[in-house]
Amino acid sequence: MTSFSPGFQGRGRRLTDRLPPGQYPTESFPVLSAGPTPRVPTETWSFTVTTELGATHSWTWDEMMALPQQETTHDIHCVTRWSKFDTQWRGVPLDAFLEDVETAADYAVVSSYGGYTTNLPLEDLLDGKAWIVHTYDGYPLSPEHGGPARLLVPHLYFWKSAKWVRGLTLTHEDEPGFWESAGYHNYGDPWREQRNWGD
Amino acid sequence: MGIAWRRARLLERRSQTATARTLVLTAPDWPGHLPGQHVDVRLTADDGYQAVRSYSLAAPADGDRIELGVQAVDGGEVSPYLTDGLPVGAEVEVRGPLGNWFVWRAEQTEPALLVAGGSGVVPLTAMVRAHRAARSRGPLHLLYSVRSPEDVWYRDHLADGDPLLDVRIMYTRQAPPGSVRPPGRITTADLDEATARLKPASPVYVCGPTGFVEAVDNLLIDRGRDPVTIRTERFG
Repeated sequence: MTSFSPGFQGRGRRLTDRLPPGQYPTESFPVLSAGPTPRVPTETWSFTVTTELGATHSWTWDEMMALPQQETTHDIHCVTRWSKFDTQWRGVPLDAFLEDVETAADYAVVSSYGGYTTNLPLEDLLDGKAWIVHTYDGYPLSPEHGGPARLLVPHLYFWKSAKWVRGLTLTHEDEPGFWESAGYHNYGDPWREQRNWGD
Repeated sequence: MGIAWRRARLLERRSQTATARTLVLTAPDWPGHLPGQHVDVRLTADDGYQAVRSYSLAAPADGDRIELGVQAVDGGEVSPYLTDGLPVGAEVEVRGPLGNWFVWRAEQTEPALLVAGGSGVVPLTAMVRAHRAARSRGPLHLLYSVRSPEDVWYRDHLADGDPLLDVRIMYTRQAPPGSVRPPGRITTADLDEATARLKPASPVYVCGPTGFVEAVDNLLIDRGRDPVTIRTERFG
């Protein structure tokens, strides 16, 4: 018997096997961005992988679209506590970009048009765990959701799935990104509720 | 050690509009916060089921006392309970402060522009009140877009004779009698007047529904505002 919030009923008791702790399900698709939505034309878009030795590998929009594409469906979890089930995406697995890249790095810093960055272990981007996606629910990804292309790393809180993605820099040392420097957890596993520093 | 949940007792509930309330709570050992930050609020049902939502802080730090602005969402699981169900004197749990980006600091002395859409005025009101309390030298300009006069929150905090605070309310559907500005969405003209007083690097804080924030950002950038000076908080 709790002494908190007397008379509160709540109604979200089903779905618990799919809902990480502290989350609630939503049908909508909220937008969270620290600043304005950047304008990123596909004509000038490129995606660049830079290794720890400074070697670069770049893809234009057309080159990215010519890579083998995958349809992929995931539950996504935002640190602001909403979760959305069965979101449908189309894009290219990160494995396709990294298969010919020589690296001994353990970490990656993802950077975006507009200046956003986020960091994660390189292994969290490999083996079918992450994609560059350009299509959501059958339509081109809208700018406020990260279009023309965003990173998708559905097993981590959604701030790791950088919108307006433009590149990866591979590093030996872990380098905290934008939110990771501003109080968010460095790794961000929703099932361990890693929201903030020290969680 | 992560950010702990702590008890918070409802001291007072004040109506802002027909569906919006200010909740004044006391949270023992509250660590303080910056204007613009928010908290998580956790409710617990008798069977142990819990629900958590985030709400913006409407007032600057004041000891153990915190103020939340809550808009009741139709059919919402948490907000209608907070606006109308939680008894005064009863407790919830809160966790925070959260959000270290959409903040205004009293040391900031350059002019700043705040642009609010609807309930987006809550964190911006904390900035306005902190600005007044700090007697900050930099002027603050608040543009506040609401549907009609009945939808205006915080009239008492936003209207006084502070020469360094300029508040302009823009009505989208129905303006009060005698208004010069016809009802309508925020325009380039509304923003030009406000941005004329800014320096190129002055911060702009935009808070409201996603569509509102996108529209304001686009108008500002079209008029040459550097996107890196614009900080946003979007609701849904």
